Amino acid sequence: MDVLVRGAGVAGLSVAHELWSRGVQVTVVDPQIGKRASWYAGGMLAPYCERESAEQPVVDLGQNAADWWEAALPGSVSRKGTLVLAASRDIKELDRFGSRTSHFEVVDETAIATLEPDLVGRFRKGLFFTEEAHLDPRHVLINLVAKLVAAGVSFETDLSQSAECGFDDIIDCTGYSVTNENLRGVRGEMLILRTADVSLSRPIRLIHPRFPVYVVPRQDHTFMVGATMIESDAAGPITARSMMELLNTAYSLHPAFGEAEIVETGTGIRPAYPDNLPRVTAQGNTITVNGLYRHGFLLAPAMAVQAATAILERRSEIR
Amino acid sequence: MLKLYEKQIFSRLLLGTAQYPSPAILEGAIESSGTEIITVSLRREMMGGNSGNKFWSMIQSLARHVLPNTAGCHTVKEAVLTAQMARDVFATDWIKLEVIGNHDTLQPDVFALVEAARILTEDGFKVFPYTTDDLTVAERLLDAGCEVLMPWCAPIGSAMGPLNLHALRSLRGHFPNVPMIIDAGLGRPSHAATVMELGFDAILLNTAVAKAGDPVAMAGAFAKAAEAGHAAYHAGMLEPRDVAVPSTPVIGKAVFS
Repeated sequence: MDVLVRGAGVAGLSVAHELWSRGVQVTVVDPQIGKRASWYAGGMLAPYCERESAEQPVVDLGQNAADWWEAALPGSVSRKGTLVLAASRDIKELDRFGSRTSHFEVVDETAIATLEPDLVGRFRKGLFFTEEAHLDPRHVLINLVAKLVAAGVSFETDLSQSAECGFDDIIDCTGYSVTNENLRGVRGEMLILRTADVSLSRPIRLIHPRFPVYVVPRQDHTFMVGATMIESDAAGPITARSMMELLNTAYSLHPAFGEAEIVETGTGIRPAYPDNLPRVTAQGNTITVNGLYRHGFLLAPAMAVQAATAILERRSEIR
Repeated sequence: MLKLYEKQIFSRLLLGTAQYPSPAILEGAIESSGTEIITVSLRREMMGGNSGNKFWSMIQSLARHVLPNTAGCHTVKEAVLTAQMARDVFATDWIKLEVIGNHDTLQPDVFALVEAARILTEDGFKVFPYTTDDLTVAERLLDAGCEVLMPWCAPIGSAMGPLNLHALRSLRGHFPNVPMIIDAGLGRPSHAATVMELGFDAILLNTAVAKAGDPVAMAGAFAKAAEAGHAAYHAGMLEPRDVAVPSTPVIGKAVFS
């Protein structure tokens, strides 16, 4: 009655946790545990903001994400909302953003300063999505592995084919693959800055003409800035243009970012189906969870629940 | 029917392929617009990767004429190089030539544009230049060998609609036989109908469709508006009058009082 989960990114670990919590014996196999596209994620649990460029299912599937993560790893979720801001020249774009989204309050200069004192006097208008949350993806990935290991889930970096045959069910969560012709890779680049001169308490999303840019506060005065969206599966280092655009955005949020240290840059390849929506599909004894695109932490819980339910239903049918 | 460099085109709408929520929605918009020509921009960063770029394979599988553009180029050299790369990648000698002169307005640098157009036509390209509504520049572009013009009606992505009707009329009037496609600045279908009523041959859209609430429905709406404006132009429209003219004759009307 064992289940093998292939892939230990956010999708695989969520599935493993969901199965374990329902009393199923789980093994996880991945040559690089944790170091998948999700390692470079922003960790926003922002279903309403995402509606700006995503379809309604992303909002619906993302509704319970914050609760799921909080239940899995108590204390990991920060529920402080998302603040969407625009430079004064793009202020009209805020209206467009607002017309595509819901569950926000329009905030003025004073309200922005109350939410984020370091941004006082810098922005005249913003949208505050009060119900949204965020988490630190790296903490979550590491702590989830630790929790599952402690609970008796075994992690392997390599399994022989005969060993794989010993499992009743396999859940494939390996993300982008060149050989899956329905999937395409969408490159995302990010960087991490460190400065003690600014503090923020929630993710700030800045209106950008081509891709949504978030500045997300993390521990030890660091900030994740990301991420680009480029139709390519090239995994090479960040380009000068992308870095310039991300840095420009951070700088326009607060000039102190100009003095920040660039601690890290990273590139991840997001797996996406043609409609940019995730899928749980079944073939033989293998269930595939894939296509989480730019919504890994937001959609992984709903996908994990679907995959686990599919396996348990099938088992009750066999019985 | 429209003839662009010897190719016969029936649709009056060209569609850009950037900024859609997903490739599936892009595909739906292309279908519902009925377009025969789609523009794609070549960015160097898309060239890497190991899957032969699935986004391009998807675009190529749609079996439309591909009009590559040189979006984002700021110099003659950059634009010419991008055009040459695009010719290899998309196996077409069509190129929508954009040379941007100002970062904020994305206004064409018309001097560089004319120079790049000359270099590219001499190299065998069929150039579709993205230009302003300036008559003299249009003349120079035709001298440089362009057989199609793509004037803006407002800045790219601004959705402002036609800002200078006089200039557009004058452009149409001076070059009655040059195919002209309104390239940028359209925001809503009524804008498309307006420029088509002026006698322009087609419109090119991207942001107005891609960033609409429902891009697939909006692509269809624009196609109808462009078609309506085109038909109206050929049907001969009434000029506005200062006084009312009854549509039913008054003479012979029964008098009951």
